[in-house]
Amino acid sequence: MDTGSPMLSLEDLKVEFPISIGTVTAVNGVSLDLFQGEVMGLVGESGCGKSTLGLSIPRLLRPPGRIASGRILYRGRDIVRMGKRELLSLRGSKIAMIFQDPLTSLNPLYSIGHHFVETVRAHDGRVSRREALGRAASVLESLGIAAERLDEFPHQMSGGMRQRIMIGLALILSPDLLIADEPTTALDVIVEAQFLDLLDVLRKQYNLTIILITHNLGNVAQLADRITVMYGGTIAEVGPAQSIFDRPLHPYTQGLLASIPNIRLDEPKLKTMAGSPPDLVDPPAGCVFHPRCPQVMDTCRQDRPPLFARNGHKAACWLYR
Amino acid sequence: MTEELIRVENLTMHFPLQKGLLANIFTKGKRFVRAVDGVSFSLCKGEVLGLVGESGSGKTTTGRMILRLLEPTSGEVFYRGRAVSSYAGRAMEDLREKMQVIFQDPYASLSPRMSVGDAISHPLLIHGLAKGSGARDRTLAMMEAVGLSPAEFLYKKYPHQLSGGQRQRVVIARALVTEPDFVVADEPIAMADVSVRAMILELMIRCREMFDLTYLFITHDLATCKYICDRIAIMYLGKIVEIGPMKEVFANPVHPYTATLLEAIPVPDPRYRRTHPMPKGEIPSPINPPPGCAFHPRCPLAEPSCRLNEQHLVDLGSGHKAACSLKTL
Ligand SMILES: Nc1ncnc2c1ncn2[C@@H]1O[C@H](COP(=O)(O)OP(=O)(O)OP(=O)(O)O)[C@@H](O)[C@H]1O
Ligand SMILES: Nc1ncnc2c1ncn2[C@@H]1O[C@H](COP(=O)(O)OP(=O)(O)OP(=O)(O)O)[C@@H](O)[C@H]1O
Ligand code: SF4
Ligand code: SF4
Ligand SMILES: [Mg+2]
Ligand SMILES: [Mg+2]
Repeated sequence: MDTGSPMLSLEDLKVEFPISIGTVTAVNGVSLDLFQGEVMGLVGESGCGKSTLGLSIPRLLRPPGRIASGRILYRGRDIVRMGKRELLSLRGSKIAMIFQDPLTSLNPLYSIGHHFVETVRAHDGRVSRREALGRAASVLESLGIAAERLDEFPHQMSGGMRQRIMIGLALILSPDLLIADEPTTALDVIVEAQFLDLLDVLRKQYNLTIILITHNLGNVAQLADRITVMYGGTIAEVGPAQSIFDRPLHPYTQGLLASIPNIRLDEPKLKTMAGSPPDLVDPPAGCVFHPRCPQVMDTCRQDRPPLFARNGHKAACWLYR
Repeated sequence: MTEELIRVENLTMHFPLQKGLLANIFTKGKRFVRAVDGVSFSLCKGEVLGLVGESGSGKTTTGRMILRLLEPTSGEVFYRGRAVSSYAGRAMEDLREKMQVIFQDPYASLSPRMSVGDAISHPLLIHGLAKGSGARDRTLAMMEAVGLSPAEFLYKKYPHQLSGGQRQRVVIARALVTEPDFVVADEPIAMADVSVRAMILELMIRCREMFDLTYLFITHDLATCKYICDRIAIMYLGKIVEIGPMKEVFANPVHPYTATLLEAIPVPDPRYRRTHPMPKGEIPSPINPPPGCAFHPRCPLAEPSCRLNEQHLVDLGSGHKAACSLKTL
């Protein structure tokens, strides 16, 4: 892992969705650095802003969603202010994304091969159909799918296979950053485990930097180098995976870890976390977690905590002031 | 916990395959999806049996046949020793009150136009168990019991005004309001958030004690079984390949598929490394299941004989059974 300058830097990023009753601030002042070759796990409960953050990096947010402020620096260039042409060449060839639902992202009317040809030629019109298919065949092979299947249609494939097709489409232009949004939630444990194994192989083979979005901390434990825990549109905690698991700082991370079933521990009961996630139209003042926090103090209700460093990682919590 | 409540014998469901435009003219006769293929087990009063398997293994179909929401192709379900197929008319309706279901997806199983109170009291009205203020009182009491409080306040709310956890509680309250003694919980927490999951599991455990319930707990996630199940049954391609006391199966899995499932569970510890690689491929089609032991194409221990010999559950003592002749010999 290169510890020099970051490949990607989010600086005080704010993303909003204007709706009839107000504005949803789905990402609320997020700053984060990502380094070449690392796998960053992005975790948190449903609605905390993981997908919104992932989508805003290649600027794939659908209107009315918009980046309200902040910068997204990719190798020093600000994606937020990038022109259309530069943006298009960045997507696909540099930054690729796998979405939450593999079935809806493939067009049922077109063969798998057609999807690959379109993807390659949209990026470089000079590539022949034949050559595009050749490249597709070799990518599919590295994913364990026979080249003959290029003639088949999405509905002829199983869930796990469709997912690998999605990865293939993301990899065909040799990106260096892959954003994978809950790629495994729809599948079962074995396919999920196979997928994580595959990502681990691909990261080495293609020298990928990966942002892996999931709501399950357990899923990213072995694969992620670092983990970012999001809560209510903000970063609660960020740091090396090992130290997040061994010494979670933020009371939210502690609660999240305690509520994951661990089959290898001998605890008879799962711990539960009281309350529910915040309303992002009218978030709580101060620390967004304070209404659910077992360690809440007076300050927490008034002032938003910045990230404090401790034990080699950082947490947004006044306990570590 | 010795009184038998439910017994299932050789339960089988073969769905006839729809003939599409491309009906295969070379295959004579009808083709079938062998969703469930000769499943037998029993459940004692107060017990929780986990039914675990990959997507498409036949868990939901098994649950639906037990509840008589689906007529089995063959086999029989016994409730307190009496064949369910012998129930009819009023007796069948009474039986339906006693057997309820909690579905996977609280979004899909709650009508957006029915208030919380109406949704929960609905089963009381259709079964004629209570009406008017009587139904209201029972509904409010059930809401409090499952933690939907203040019940008076939430009674008039609509599903979209509730959190995910509250919605799942509504689904549970609706299933329990007729005072059933048997509940099929079909992936009750699969759609829920991590923080909600633990809460719902805890609630189900509490309800079991409060209302003396027996559960069939359907899930693809073995890890959650640990907190609620007394016994587990592992399904693969429509068949039970291993069944036994939960602790025993976890500690000494016999069938290679069970071992694989246990290996596949994500472990929340970065230092953990899996000792065996995951098997390649996915669960095969139940239309033409592999011959012999259906797990053989993915089994790390498969031998040539596994393609030939069909496997049957073999009793290993203390209620632990597995269907792999290589391991049970
Ligand atoms: N198009 C939209 N219009 C209005 N609000 C939106 C829109 N998309 C997302 N949101 C809101 O933004 C917040 C963050 O949503 P996002 O999809 O990023 O969450 P997430 O962490 O990916 O959740 P999940 O785990 O459920 O996928 C949520 O409160 C959501 O309701
Ligand atoms: N009504 C039906 N007609 C035809 N095939 C069906 C029908 N219902 C289910 N099946 C098939 O039967 C098999 C078993 O399905 P079932 O829903 O019982 O699996 P499951 O174990 O509950 O899976 P999941 O974890 O995905 O819910 C699948 O192959 C499914 O496609
Ligand atoms: S800042 Fe206060 S409320 Fe927020 S997590 Fe820390 S202790 Fe809890
Ligand atoms: S019978 Fe053979 S293929 Fe089947 S589980 Fe046992 S060893 Fe594996
Ligand atoms: Mg999302
Ligand atoms: Mg099912």
